[in-house]
Amino acid sequence: MRRLLPHPLLTLTLALLWLLLVNELSAGHLVLGAVLGWLIPFVTSPFWPERIRIRHLPTLLHYLGILIVDIVRGSFHVARLILRGPAHLRPAFVEVPLALRTDLAISLLANTISLTPGTVSAQLSGDRRTLIVHTLDTGDTDALVAEIKQRYESPLRKIFETGDESC
Amino acid sequence: MTDILLSLLILTGAAFTFIGSLGLARLRDFYTRLHGPTKATTLGVGCLLIASALYFSVRDEGISLHEVLVTLFLFITAPVSAHLLAKAALHLRVKSLAAVPRQRGEPHEPAE
Repeated sequence: MRRLLPHPLLTLTLALLWLLLVNELSAGHLVLGAVLGWLIPFVTSPFWPERIRIRHLPTLLHYLGILIVDIVRGSFHVARLILRGPAHLRPAFVEVPLALRTDLAISLLANTISLTPGTVSAQLSGDRRTLIVHTLDTGDTDALVAEIKQRYESPLRKIFETGDESC
Repeated sequence: MTDILLSLLILTGAAFTFIGSLGLARLRDFYTRLHGPTKATTLGVGCLLIASALYFSVRDEGISLHEVLVTLFLFITAPVSAHLLAKAALHLRVKSLAAVPRQRGEPHEPAE
């Protein structure tokens, strides 16, 4: 089963992606999407050493909700800062110590940070334990780190690493 | 009614895209400039795409969901490119208004 269908989630995603790409829902495209969804992960499975498992689906949905709200909030925030002028900015680099261990979770965290209010992830340290984040305007770097950890990292940890045990 | 909604979306989108580009021109160092295109522009393009999806769903039969894909790819690629730009800038020691952190896990090389 595992050899025939190495990445069930990827299969589903690719099939859905195909349907969106052709912008049409018909029996033929459903079958074609399913075939592509099966074939592509099968052929490329050596490139995907990590098996992706979503351990806590409600948290994932909640996380996506937070993300969308924060993207909108972040855009308004940055727009206001730009309009107010560069003289008022207090840019800073902060180091966020990571509790996440899997590659996927770390990349998602970095991605989230870049999409949300006034922060861009700049570099992951060589030992993968700290993420350097550049922020556009901050008065309190400790509070920022705490917010990133609490708002984004802990749900990601729950979704991809620990599941229900702890958070 | 739809026309008004569409115009509002397009105007909002254009405004955000403009502010994002303004940031690119107006801010003072490389790292702060990165923030304009990654965020304000994301919402700007997002608004334009929603307008496009709405317009083609109303005009033609059936809903148009192409735009969902564009949004998805944009949200995946914009932060990645921003991250790589920032990483390269850190590596090249580009002038920064904020104090640059000492880099761990990288061989230490003297600044030129």
